[in-house]
Amino acid sequence: MTTAVGAAARPLVSIRSVSKQFANGTLAIRGVNLELRDGEFVSLLGPSGCGKSTLLRIIAGLGAPSAGTVDWPTSVHDAGGEAHPDLGFVFQDPTLMPWANALKNAMLPLTLAGLGKGEAEARSAEMLALVGLKGFETSYPRELSGGMKMRVSIARALVTHPKILLMDEPFAALDEITRHKLNDDLLGLWWQNRFTAVFVTHSVFESVYLAQRIVVMAARPGRVMADLANEAPYPRDALFRTSAEYAHLCRVASGTLREAIAA
Amino acid sequence: MSEMVHSVPHDGTDAEARPVFAEERRMLGIRASAWPGIIAPVVIGILMLSAWEAIVRIKGIPPYILPGPILIGETLWSDWGTLSGSLLITLRITFAALTAAVVVGVSLAIIFTQSKWLEKSLFPYAVILQVTPVVSIAPLIIIWVGDINLSLLICAWIVAFFPILSNTILGLNSADHNLINLFQLYRASRWQTLRYLRLPAALPYFLGGLKISGGLALIGAVVAEFVAGTGGSASGLAYRILESGYRLQIPRMFAALIMISLSGIAIFFLTSWIAHLALRHWHESAVRREN
Repeated sequence: MTTAVGAAARPLVSIRSVSKQFANGTLAIRGVNLELRDGEFVSLLGPSGCGKSTLLRIIAGLGAPSAGTVDWPTSVHDAGGEAHPDLGFVFQDPTLMPWANALKNAMLPLTLAGLGKGEAEARSAEMLALVGLKGFETSYPRELSGGMKMRVSIARALVTHPKILLMDEPFAALDEITRHKLNDDLLGLWWQNRFTAVFVTHSVFESVYLAQRIVVMAARPGRVMADLANEAPYPRDALFRTSAEYAHLCRVASGTLREAIAA
Repeated sequence: MSEMVHSVPHDGTDAEARPVFAEERRMLGIRASAWPGIIAPVVIGILMLSAWEAIVRIKGIPPYILPGPILIGETLWSDWGTLSGSLLITLRITFAALTAAVVVGVSLAIIFTQSKWLEKSLFPYAVILQVTPVVSIAPLIIIWVGDINLSLLICAWIVAFFPILSNTILGLNSADHNLINLFQLYRASRWQTLRYLRLPAALPYFLGGLKISGGLALIGAVVAEFVAGTGGSASGLAYRILESGYRLQIPRMFAALIMISLSGIAIFFLTSWIAHLALRHWHESAVRREN
C-alpha cells in the first residue's frame, strides 16, 4: 500500500481547509483537505467522533462548513454560483418512508424532480431489480428485513444515476453475513455504473475490501491523518477476503489507524 | 403473504429474514382472539341489566325514581319518533363541529408549522380557548351569536378542535430528521416536503386527535344544549333530558341518556375504524407481529 499521489486536473469534489465547529463549541473537523476523483471508490475510515459523518454531510451540502470550501468544478452551478451536484446519499439507517411501499420509496428523488409517474415507476422498478428486490415492489418497509430495507435505500440513492454516492456507515447495523453480501452487491453496482463512491465506516476490513483509497481520520478534532491507496484489483470477491494480500492490507490499514488514534 | 413465498430469492438478499406477521383465523370476520374481548363485556352487561331489573321489581321501585331496563327499552321504542328527531339534531351539530374542528385544526397546524412566529403568537390563545370551560362561555356565545344552532356548533367546536390542532402540530414536527435532510438534498419545495413527508408523518397523530375530538364534539354539543336549555328553540337530546326531568318522565330521560352514550360509542368505533383503514399498511399501532 502506498500513499496516494497526484490527482486528475479537474477533481469531482475539491475540499479545501474545511473545518466545522458546532454551536456548542465542539470542533468536529479541522482543516480537512481532500480531492475526490471521478469514478473512484473512497473510504473514510476512523473511530467514532472523528467527524467522518460530519465531513460526509458537508460534502452533501447538508450543513455548511464553518471555514474552508467544497468545490464541484465539473458540476452544474446555478445563477447564484451554488453547485448542484448530482449525488445520492445513504444514511446509517434505511430512512424509508414507512407509509410508502418499496417502489414509492425508491422513486422519491424522481417524484421530487417532477418526473412523470409512469417513467418514475419504471425506473424505480428497474433499480429495485438491480439491488435484488424484484418482486418486492409493493412491500412496505415493515414487511422487509433490515438488509432489504438497506437495499431499498441504496436503490433510492441510485435511481437518479448520480455521479457520486455518499454512504454514512450504511451497513453498520446489519449482521456480518448480510453485510458481506451487501458489500459484494455494492461493489458490483459500482463496477457497472462507475459512480464515485464515498463510504464512511469504522471497519478496517470493510474499508480494505471495498475501497481503492482509504482516508484515515483521527478524532478530537477530526482531521485527515493518512490517505492510503489500495491497489488490489477488482472484481474483489470472497477469495480476496481470505487472501494473504487482504490480510496484509488490513494489517497496514490497522497500523495506520492505530497511529492516527494515538497521535 | 403466502403469495409471496414463491418469489423469495434464496440468493442472500436476506429475504428470509423478513418479519413474520400474525395471520389469525377469523370467525364471522373478526379475529378469533378478539372474541373473548367482545363476549366478556356483553356477558357482564347482561348480568348487570338483569340485576337492575330484578332489584327494581323485587323492591317495587316506582319508575319515576328508577325505571327498569325493560321499561326504558319500551320507552325507547314508543318514543322513537320524538327521540330519533332529537338524536338527529344532536348528531348534526356533533358532526358539523367535528368537521369544523378537523378543517380549522389541520389548517392552523399546517400554518403554524410553516411559520414559527405565527405558532408562538397564536398557540397560547388556542390553549386559553381549550382550558376555559365551555359551560362558562356558552351563555355569552348564545347571546352574541343569536342563532342557537350556530351557537351550539361553536361551543362544540371549541371543545373538539384542540386535540386535533395539538396532535397535528406534533405530527407535522415529528417527521424523521434524516428524511427531512433527504428532502433538502433533493431540493424539495416546501409544498413537496409538506405533501410527501410532513402530512403522511402527521397522519397517525392526527387520527389519534380525531378519536379524542369525536367524543369531545358530542360532549360539547350536549353540554351546549344543556346551557341553551328549554329557552332555546333547539330540541336535541339534552333538551329532551331536561324536558323529561321537568315532567318526571324518568324512563324517557334514561332512554335519551342511552342514545347519547350509544352515539358516543358509535363515534369512537367510527373514528377507530377510519384510523385502522388509514394506517393498516404501515403504522406499528395497526400491526400485529409474531414474536
